[in-house]
Amino acid sequence: MQIFPLSESALTVEFGNEISFEFNDKAIALASNLRENPFPGMIEAVSAYSSVTIFYDLATTKKQQFPTAFETVKQHVIGVMDNIDSNLSSEHRVVEISVNFDSKYSLDLASICEFSGLDPNEVIDIFLSKTYRVYMLGFLPGFAYMGEVDERIAAPRLATPRTKVPKGSVGIAGKQTGIYPFESPGGWQIIGRTDVEMFTPHKKMPCLLRPGDEIRFVCDN
Amino acid sequence: MAIEFGKRLLKSSNSVATLPNGRVSARDNKKMSLLFKKPGILTTIQDLGRSGWQSYGINPNGVMDATAARLANILLGNNENEAVLEMHFPAGEFEFETDCSFAIAGADLGASLSGNEINNWSSAIAEKGDLLKFTERRTGTRAYLAVAGGFEINEWLGSVSTNLVAGIGGLAGRQIKAGDRIGLRDPRVVKPRRIGPSMIPRYSRFPTVCVTAGAEFDLLTAVSERTFMSEGFMLTLDSNRMGFRISGGPLFLLSNKEMVSAAVTFGTIQLLPDGQLVVLMADHQTSGGYPRIANVIAADLPLLAQLSPGDGVGFHIISIDEAESIAARFEEDLCTLRLGVRFAS
Repeated sequence: MQIFPLSESALTVEFGNEISFEFNDKAIALASNLRENPFPGMIEAVSAYSSVTIFYDLATTKKQQFPTAFETVKQHVIGVMDNIDSNLSSEHRVVEISVNFDSKYSLDLASICEFSGLDPNEVIDIFLSKTYRVYMLGFLPGFAYMGEVDERIAAPRLATPRTKVPKGSVGIAGKQTGIYPFESPGGWQIIGRTDVEMFTPHKKMPCLLRPGDEIRFVCDN
Repeated sequence: MAIEFGKRLLKSSNSVATLPNGRVSARDNKKMSLLFKKPGILTTIQDLGRSGWQSYGINPNGVMDATAARLANILLGNNENEAVLEMHFPAGEFEFETDCSFAIAGADLGASLSGNEINNWSSAIAEKGDLLKFTERRTGTRAYLAVAGGFEINEWLGSVSTNLVAGIGGLAGRQIKAGDRIGLRDPRVVKPRRIGPSMIPRYSRFPTVCVTAGAEFDLLTAVSERTFMSEGFMLTLDSNRMGFRISGGPLFLLSNKEMVSAAVTFGTIQLLPDGQLVVLMADHQTSGGYPRIANVIAADLPLLAQLSPGDGVGFHIISIDEAESIAARFEEDLCTLRLGVRFAS
């Protein structure tokens, strides 16, 4: 575990340098623990694939026994990790998302077929055959980075991204899959579209998914 | 005195409505509004940012120059996190539909109220019918307009900052258009004040900004490290609220580190595959997978925020300890100023 500053009012706790369930579990557990028991001055804890970044208010955090706020927060994190309740992270909600693979929505299915050497039905079956973990949200409000996509259909990003990817498009970029919560530029290979809302701004909780969720895609057409 | 970011003292009422043609009008406050005759090239409602939601990919947005925004509000006795209009040049033309004090800070865009020049870094009184315009860009890039008593804007997740990408927050999630009206929540006239010369930031077109070393700074080659710390970089045309692409170098790492996306922040300087740097600004995405070379300290973000393409920037590395001290001293200075304004009212 490495802890280093991101800025003078944020630090990053890095569990590793790769995408793995083990590191992601630790990141989600630490962020959850911190949210349940925030230290004085903590603003927010953001978990990513294998790290957690903690933002803190300098004025409040500095008033503790270490020479810098960074050191104060770092020591606090070390203490939390020593006693971490990893049960908090083992609560993985299962979310089912229906996807329509009709040709007017599966914009890059042909390209994924070419990559894999398989026919469309095989590609879709492989895609539907596993559940995907939400590792983190980023890029856009409500955009979940999910994995792992079966390597047979883990097609790389488009060489030329689209200026407009339709809302609800389900994409693949290597071992990651994700859903565009609204129309946006993007380079992921689009396999289908969902009309499940990923992002509803006026709800108290505007994002459907959160880190740790297990996603099952089902065919809609 | 801790500053609470992302929080507002008063809740705004539901008085902003979107008309079918996309223009926004304050339903009940027609007589107490700012009417946009011309919108300006990019005018948005911002506050000091929306915190607490980065885990959901919702980045804080907020003003590019927090110092100018806070000072504009301090001049009027407003809460420092009160909504402001962030303007670029050519800026808009606004009519005050009621008497109200206002303040301008940040870039000097040659403000003029019904033909009378208005000094930057000061507040003034507008009367009903007065028209505020901006005649020329003298210094800086982003100017801030605050009004006494604040604007009447609905909050989203505790902030009025505009999220242009998601199309939510601020004024219907978009930039101001001609014909828009923004309600003035509690318009009032206050004694005009100005910021004392010692507190007015000096904008240079080639500032040196202080940075703290990033996680991957040590992976730079020795030559690249020297380049980063001693050379100037230039803002390219690919510079906006999301980030500034700066040209120079190119810089290289000793080895290609396998990077996995992690959280980034306003001021994070990333090294792109082409050897060029990008500085993430107010509308940055919440996560990134490029090497983190350094991070601009919060106190110096305004110097960067006031640059335009073609301007230059240099970097000076300081320790976390020094960066924290600078931040503390800066807040103390603002605190003194705030108290001074209050006692003199």
